[in-house]
Amino acid sequence: MTVYLVRRLIQALFVVLAMSVIVFVGVFAIGDPVEILISPDADQLERERAVAALGLDLPLWHQYLVFLGNALQGDLGRSFVFNEPALKLILQRMPATLELAFGAMFISILVGLPLGLYAGLRPNSPASKTIMAGSILGFSLPTFWVGLMLIMVFAVQLGWLPSTGRGETCSVLGFLGVQPCGAGLQWSFLTVDGLAHMAMPALNLALFKISLVIRLTRAGVRETMLMDYVKFARAKGLSPARVTFVHVFKNILIPVVTVVGLELGSTIAFSVVTESVFAWPGMGKLIIDSINVLDRPVIVAYLMIIVLMFITINLIVDLTYSMLDPRVRLETKGA
Amino acid sequence: MRAGRDAAGFPEFLPVTNAPTLEVRNLRTHFFTRAGVVKAVDDVSFSVERGKVLGLVGESGSGKTVTGFSILGLVDPPGRVTGGQILFQGRDLAKISEEEMRDLRGNRIAMIFQDPMMTLNPVLRIDTQMIETVLAHKKVSREEARQRARDTLGMVGIPSPDERLKSYPHQFSGGMRQRVAIAIALLHEPELIVADEPTTALDVTIQGQILAEVQKLAQTTGTSLIWITHDLSVVAGLADDVAVMYAGRIVEKGAVSDVLDHPLHPYTAGLIGSVPSRNKRGEPLRQIPGMTPSLLNLPPGCAFRSRCPRAAEACMAEPEIREILPGREARCFLPLTAAAEQAA
Amino acid sequence: MSQAVMNGAAPAAPRKDKVETPFRRFVSEFAESKVALGGLVVFTAIALVAIFASVIAPQNPYDLAQLDIMDGRMEPGTVGGAGFTYWLGTDDQGRDMLSGIMYGLRISLMVGAGSAFIACVVGASLGLLAAYAGKRTDTVIMRLVDLQLSFPSILVALMILAFLGKGIMNVVIALVIVEWAYYARTVRGTALVERRREYIEAAQCLALPTHRILFRHLLPNCLPPLIVVATMQVARAIALEATLSFLGLGVPITEPSLGLLIANGYEYMLSGKYWISFYPGIALLITIVSINLVGDQLRDVLNPRLKK
Repeated sequence: MTVYLVRRLIQALFVVLAMSVIVFVGVFAIGDPVEILISPDADQLERERAVAALGLDLPLWHQYLVFLGNALQGDLGRSFVFNEPALKLILQRMPATLELAFGAMFISILVGLPLGLYAGLRPNSPASKTIMAGSILGFSLPTFWVGLMLIMVFAVQLGWLPSTGRGETCSVLGFLGVQPCGAGLQWSFLTVDGLAHMAMPALNLALFKISLVIRLTRAGVRETMLMDYVKFARAKGLSPARVTFVHVFKNILIPVVTVVGLELGSTIAFSVVTESVFAWPGMGKLIIDSINVLDRPVIVAYLMIIVLMFITINLIVDLTYSMLDPRVRLETKGA
Repeated sequence: MRAGRDAAGFPEFLPVTNAPTLEVRNLRTHFFTRAGVVKAVDDVSFSVERGKVLGLVGESGSGKTVTGFSILGLVDPPGRVTGGQILFQGRDLAKISEEEMRDLRGNRIAMIFQDPMMTLNPVLRIDTQMIETVLAHKKVSREEARQRARDTLGMVGIPSPDERLKSYPHQFSGGMRQRVAIAIALLHEPELIVADEPTTALDVTIQGQILAEVQKLAQTTGTSLIWITHDLSVVAGLADDVAVMYAGRIVEKGAVSDVLDHPLHPYTAGLIGSVPSRNKRGEPLRQIPGMTPSLLNLPPGCAFRSRCPRAAEACMAEPEIREILPGREARCFLPLTAAAEQAA
Repeated sequence: MSQAVMNGAAPAAPRKDKVETPFRRFVSEFAESKVALGGLVVFTAIALVAIFASVIAPQNPYDLAQLDIMDGRMEPGTVGGAGFTYWLGTDDQGRDMLSGIMYGLRISLMVGAGSAFIACVVGASLGLLAAYAGKRTDTVIMRLVDLQLSFPSILVALMILAFLGKGIMNVVIALVIVEWAYYARTVRGTALVERRREYIEAAQCLALPTHRILFRHLLPNCLPPLIVVATMQVARAIALEATLSFLGLGVPITEPSLGLLIANGYEYMLSGKYWISFYPGIALLITIVSINLVGDQLRDVLNPRLKK
């Protein structure tokens, strides 16, 4: 297990390095940072001085090493727009994105699992066909358009829910020592107003995942139902409920948990869209705004943080998976 | 073995006490697929008496397994038992409700499956899988159920059952898993066990051990056994009676020694001929020419016709199963009676 | 050898099928789902509308001479100054939404299908290469695939557009980079199985040139899953393009796709002028759903694992 862990960690490290090269080369080498960093009114001398000051006259690999060195010290540059450290800007907005993503995942499991289970157990019933048609729709509908429709119906027409923003937030102390936004982390889900603001964006973000969970669960149920051990369980005279909820369900839970866990990363990535639609002040909205005004340090910082996040999530999911499934647990011992 | 009269569809009156453990009459199990109706089991009749072993023999796809599933009411759509009776201690299992059937399953009738690697749920511990079986049919405490599970594991020859109960299936070898499956089948000391090729996937030495143990258990507990297999040598050593299936039908049945020594049906003869044995060393192996027909488009007449060395004009019609010699039935117009009569 | 001939002749056919002609069976199985058939009809109609947009649209929405700013933000069904009815209303510039949608569909389909096609060619070639060459080539290509697939499409696209900036070509490049990995993985998976079959060994024994074995023998047999993936990816590409354009990172304002049309209407939606966003959205929705319905049925028909 330790060998496996170490190997996975080293792998992860390599991916982070590779991604940092890609991001660095992509953002700093393809575009011309001089045009963005230095005012167009500056004369030749001023330009050269600025270029030298920013280290832009150094060879690319040297620039990369400087960037990497700074990054390791937590310095990912300063935002041109906010004139604040890019990392700080992103960390400030992270709680908003995280609570949205977790809210969406919670909704997707709460809705997706039972529906998928039903559709898998009675694949030919009209209700199952409706569920599956709905899941195709959930996959097909572009998130942003569904978001707009939600706003149109629930905010504009019915006026039940607020259309934008986070609403009232409640402050809870940050992690030990780390308090990126001064007093503490701001959470919407702790206030009623915050929850009302969160409902639509979270549902919007969950839509795709609900479909995914439905499909996974259904496919898992159908596949597992054909297994000899399910037939054997029935041959033992167990009640249908026990066969379904213990023998079938426990086998499906592993892949579904894995995928939903893996989806945390993609949920955070897709929150870019939802946050833009609902003006939810998270990391996603920040990155879109930054790309539109070419605030490169923020873009780089966001991409690096997302990459790190993804790799961490993948690592955790792999480990969880090996703990959940006794077969994996034993096999990896030797590996 | 009962006479073939009931093929006519007149169930004779039998006092329940004298009835065989299981009597299957004219069973039909059909699968209604997109491509057509597959008659996996077609007009199958046999019976098993208390403490006896019936060998159900046939090639893969001959309907043996579906017959087993039909008895336990485990045929899944698109399959369905479409006709006949399955009399278990006088009760027709084809007619009782799913609730009543579930009460019998794993309790009075148990089944052992072919592939021990697949029959135990990989994510549940052995104790979970055994205790749930006990609790499904008996109102006892978990501790008593565990006790029962432990005793039964010991009975099927699993060393240190206490430890083994806490293991997951993948920690067992194939032979051990099959022992666990057998132990699960024995938990409630059923009247009937349907064993679907339970030793096929195992090593020969393990196969021998398990056969010997099952035989002993059947004799001591009075459990009847239907042993589904394609292996005639297993049947020879284990069964009292044998029924040979071909293309969803029983083509021959009788006492195991009669059938194996003097087969009446050319198919049985072919099966016996193709078993490699010590006596025929050096001779080329005989084989039955051709392939098992698709059950979907079964041609009219005798299903074995196209592969049969004795096939004649008469075989264009469909043979009924009939008593050819006393206590011996076959579904053939031209049975191999000469040798059998001589022996009789 | 006979199997090789059969497979070579009928690539889209599920194996083991010897009774009917494979293609006919495929068509009849596909047609079994009326919904999928409906999807096919609708998609064909949409494609035709997009192709002939300049002929059938009542107005050229990008010819400023035909626009009347006085007709801006008119409700659906109003008769405008030019004398014809704006069935789906107008946007803030006084453009007929119906015409705008038809032209927008053209851009969306072009970008979606074009990028899917390029990604398919690139991905399938790399997948085949990986499967056939094996060893280090395989490792390198598949590591790349794994790495890329571990990041969500929107993020990869976002990253590339952050590097490259807006523009139709850049969107296509981003979509190709996002999608090629799916094709590569699919083709490699199938090709690895096919590679071990007798007919490839036979072809190798005949010392046929590698490219011939790859493209004439291996590729046709990898087609069924490739077709399924390609269909689904066209829908995904269209949706992703729309999303990127909605976020302002996609196509330029001069060549608006459906996504950009929707984005344009966003600000008017809160004041109740829903049609500027709503109808392009419906058009987008119908396009994507119809493609997905076709793809879903294709998968069911072509997936041998689900066959009974």
